[in-house]
Amino acid sequence: MTDTPMIAVRSVNKWFGAFHVLKDVDLVVQRGQKVVVCGPSGSGKSTLIRCINRLEEHDEGEIIVDGIRLDESLEHIAAIRREVGMVFQQFNLFPHLTVLENCVLAQVRARKTPRADAEARAMQYLARVRIPEQASKYPGQLSGGQQQRVAIARSLCMEPKVMLFDEPTSALDPEMIKEVLDVMTDLAQSGMTMICVTHEMGFARKVADLMVFMDHGRVVESSPPAEFFAAPRSDRTRQFLDQILSH
Amino acid sequence: MMTQSRPEEGRAPPLRARGAFFGWLDIVLLAAALVVCGYFVWRTNVQLHYRWNWSVIWPWVARFEDKEGFVAGPILVGLAVTLRLAVWGILLATMIGVVMGFARTSRRLFFRLVASGYVMLIRNIPPLVFVFVFVFFITSQVLPALGVSERVKAWSPATQWVVEALFGPVARLENFLVGLICLAVFTGAYVTEIVRAGLQSVPRAQIEAGESLGLSAFDVRRYVVFPQALKNVVPALSNQFIQMIKDSSLVSLVSVQELAFMAQDIQTSTRRVFEVLLFVGALYFIICWSLSLLFARLEHRNQS
Repeated sequence: MTDTPMIAVRSVNKWFGAFHVLKDVDLVVQRGQKVVVCGPSGSGKSTLIRCINRLEEHDEGEIIVDGIRLDESLEHIAAIRREVGMVFQQFNLFPHLTVLENCVLAQVRARKTPRADAEARAMQYLARVRIPEQASKYPGQLSGGQQQRVAIARSLCMEPKVMLFDEPTSALDPEMIKEVLDVMTDLAQSGMTMICVTHEMGFARKVADLMVFMDHGRVVESSPPAEFFAAPRSDRTRQFLDQILSH
Repeated sequence: MMTQSRPEEGRAPPLRARGAFFGWLDIVLLAAALVVCGYFVWRTNVQLHYRWNWSVIWPWVARFEDKEGFVAGPILVGLAVTLRLAVWGILLATMIGVVMGFARTSRRLFFRLVASGYVMLIRNIPPLVFVFVFVFFITSQVLPALGVSERVKAWSPATQWVVEALFGPVARLENFLVGLICLAVFTGAYVTEIVRAGLQSVPRAQIEAGESLGLSAFDVRRYVVFPQALKNVVPALSNQFIQMIKDSSLVSLVSVQELAFMAQDIQTSTRRVFEVLLFVGALYFIICWSLSLLFARLEHRNQS
């Protein structure tokens, strides 16, 4: 099992109505690998990672997560979701629950963890994202950066093997981006397998093992960061990098 | 979103910014309203030749008997029935509304069809027609067939006492249930629509967050969507429940002896039409107003 890739996406195609969002996408993520996916908006990068935990359904091709094939089977979907955590651009914390309850809910309901254990684990991860003191507050009382860190802790409480990040810093004020990236960097260094859709190229250089550039639903380039930033093979990648690195 | 209080600096806001402003325009409008009210009072006193006699009411509310002490009159008896209809009606209509509301937003076509058929049918016929049709064709056939009152009469006195406390006299139990079910089914359709609107007001992203954490579809609905939906619909629900209490007077038509039924009865006996109407109206007002105060508190607690 340990030799098989953590995630294997093979010739995946997806349409939104008549719009072809993903075109023959291939992506293999090894255990412990950190992949950063970038590309212009509408290029399909969010859709790709949303397919990995079945928030979107792919129409063709195959996705295999930790040896489990993602198909119609509800058991397979449930099994995959147990292994895959996700962090969203808009945090998507549950506004009616406290920070602690946000972290406890799924542990108790989906994992049947006893409440005391679930709370202890929640506090442990809240400490890890450096906001244990906010546990009794509601999400609406926190800043964007704090909310996103809670969202990361909430996901980690389920002890996933893979974390998916869907533009985790795009909705944040500039001064809060760093605190979230710091947490993500820590996580990367702890050996978590990660796929991050982000335009934070500083973060990408620091943690990525593999850079993936997507455009118009295709993977245009996928290479190690050193190569990706220094000598991109495709003109489209170079053009994109010039745009976002120019300022 | 930020409700955190911080130590304030700077000067106090000006009067207008605090929103407490009562100017000359308000005084003029208030005076005008008083004049209009005064005019109506004057008209009724001068033009409407009616001798008010409020003392007639009291014996119908409660009498004092030498042996038994105070005995509830028809008005109090009717009030009790109305209150029971209100409490059970709210519970039952909520249950119907929640189930049907979820069915209405279900992914299964069958559930959606059942729920939308139910809502469509009830919303588009007048309540009066609905009450007659429902009672004569459905409940008054089904309940006697089930032999509800015979069964209850066979129960032990203690159990019967509990049933009486909850639903009123056993002799009129079937009749009460007929009225209650009718009212709940009728109101349930409106609650269904409110619940549906509430469920749909919760962003799709909340469901995705729940699912990505591995919660089952049911748990996502139960613990993530529903509590947020409920919070969003409290004002609409309170409105609907107040409406229901007033609509409960409709079941007097099928001889459920609630407040409006008793009022009619007393009017024919005493011919004191206005006193009875106004008195009973005031009772309805008190019930409905108390309920709206209760909901206002609930809403307030929700927001903090």
